[in-house]
Amino acid sequence: MAHYNFNTPVAETAIRALRVNDTVTLNGTLYGIRDATQIHMFDRGRKTRFDLAGHAVIHTAPNVRKVERSEAHPAGYAPVCVGTTTSARMERFTRPLMSQYGVRMIIGKGGMLADSLAAFAELGGVYLAIVGGAAALETTWIEQIEDVDLDDLNPESLWRFRVKGFGPLLVAMDSHGASLYTGLKQAAAGRRAAALASLGVK
Amino acid sequence: MDVDLQQVEEAAKELYIRALKILPPDIKAGIAALARGETDATAKTILGTMIRNIAVAEDNANLLCQDTGIPIYNVAIGRAVTVDGYALKQAIRRGCERATREHPLRSSVVHPLTRANEHTSCGRGVPVINIDFSEASEALSIEMIPKGSGSENSSWLKMAIPAEGVDAIKTFVVDCVLESGGKSCPPTVVGVGVGGTADLCVHLAKQAATRPLGSRCADPEGAELERALSSAVNQLGVGPQGLGGDSTAFAVHVETAATHITMNPVAVNMQCHSARRARATFTPAGVEYGF
Repeated sequence: MAHYNFNTPVAETAIRALRVNDTVTLNGTLYGIRDATQIHMFDRGRKTRFDLAGHAVIHTAPNVRKVERSEAHPAGYAPVCVGTTTSARMERFTRPLMSQYGVRMIIGKGGMLADSLAAFAELGGVYLAIVGGAAALETTWIEQIEDVDLDDLNPESLWRFRVKGFGPLLVAMDSHGASLYTGLKQAAAGRRAAALASLGVK
Repeated sequence: MDVDLQQVEEAAKELYIRALKILPPDIKAGIAALARGETDATAKTILGTMIRNIAVAEDNANLLCQDTGIPIYNVAIGRAVTVDGYALKQAIRRGCERATREHPLRSSVVHPLTRANEHTSCGRGVPVINIDFSEASEALSIEMIPKGSGSENSSWLKMAIPAEGVDAIKTFVVDCVLESGGKSCPPTVVGVGVGGTADLCVHLAKQAATRPLGSRCADPEGAELERALSSAVNQLGVGPQGLGGDSTAFAVHVETAATHITMNPVAVNMQCHSARRARATFTPAGVEYGF
């Protein structure tokens, strides 16, 4: 269980070194992405001008305030509350994010499924778990909204954040086929019979 | 007692923002109690992060969670209250819109087919406004619940049959908790509706999920069921965020209603660990805010 400090973007070798239960803290650029963003990118043929290669994306749609563009707010947005949404809805987008855009890290809550795990192994990626619902804390790790693309989808735009000390995040799915969620789900299912017996279910 | 609708509009705005920023004391105490009892190291760390987040939200006057949810307003009108109900609903809607624009808040509400977002947290039939009547005399209370989607997506209805008995209800609840895993942002309040019609059953589940911790089902049979289910689901080891541990649910809450001789309906609706709610009570003395 090692801890890593990454400045993004990150090389494939660094990602391949990660194992489940390691922790990661990110500095630099972080992209925010959501259901509608990816539906438009992968089902409706839209492209982003951002270079996501080697980067992390977080499953988010932030609360923001529209402000005058300035050095502090180059995109005309100030962050209000930036948190994380449930990842599993976006399962089918992991592979194209990695194969078409070179994304290496997906940050979310609740975990992802078998196809994401396979994509992480084949293409070199990881899932980093953040504590869902801890957005006030998470917001203190966001320095700035640097840029925004596909903003007609607001709040499900593609956001470019600058982050400092973003973490620690838990490596919950790695590039070696390990997922904390798979094991825990099996263990929980294994306790089903005992739970039902305790309720007197025949 | 007359109710000033301008005050209702202000309260509807204030309630949305307060609910998003300040957790009720019963939920705070619930997380602290789970953290004390948790034996899994990862789970203890996660619960610690949740406790830290509550403090950061209060210190920075920020939202606890980014999910502003689907706004729900539960209105209870006392017996000696005179109010134009139609105008009351309009005032609540205006307050909800103003909270979204003026704070500002992320509008999480879209048209179900076009997915268009009006950026007001409102749309067809939203905010959800439930009107009921209370025994209280000169009091009108408005409870506001911003219902997050991670937990709302963990909703199920099963129209079981009488021959399947109470076992079908118990099995269904356990299986829903397993199916939900980390997606509902556990530890959760597992709301269970038993009986009624299909729509009433789901509504009961929502009422159960949003009841304060420590409250009991008024039906003794329901109270016994929620006690047994609370213990059973915490044997599953789903844990905070679905990453394992003892703290899967704060509690299972059950609400019951009579049902048809041919029916045995059960519904599950979950509430996440950020179990937000706020209340304003209007009396002749003025408006008082609480939970």
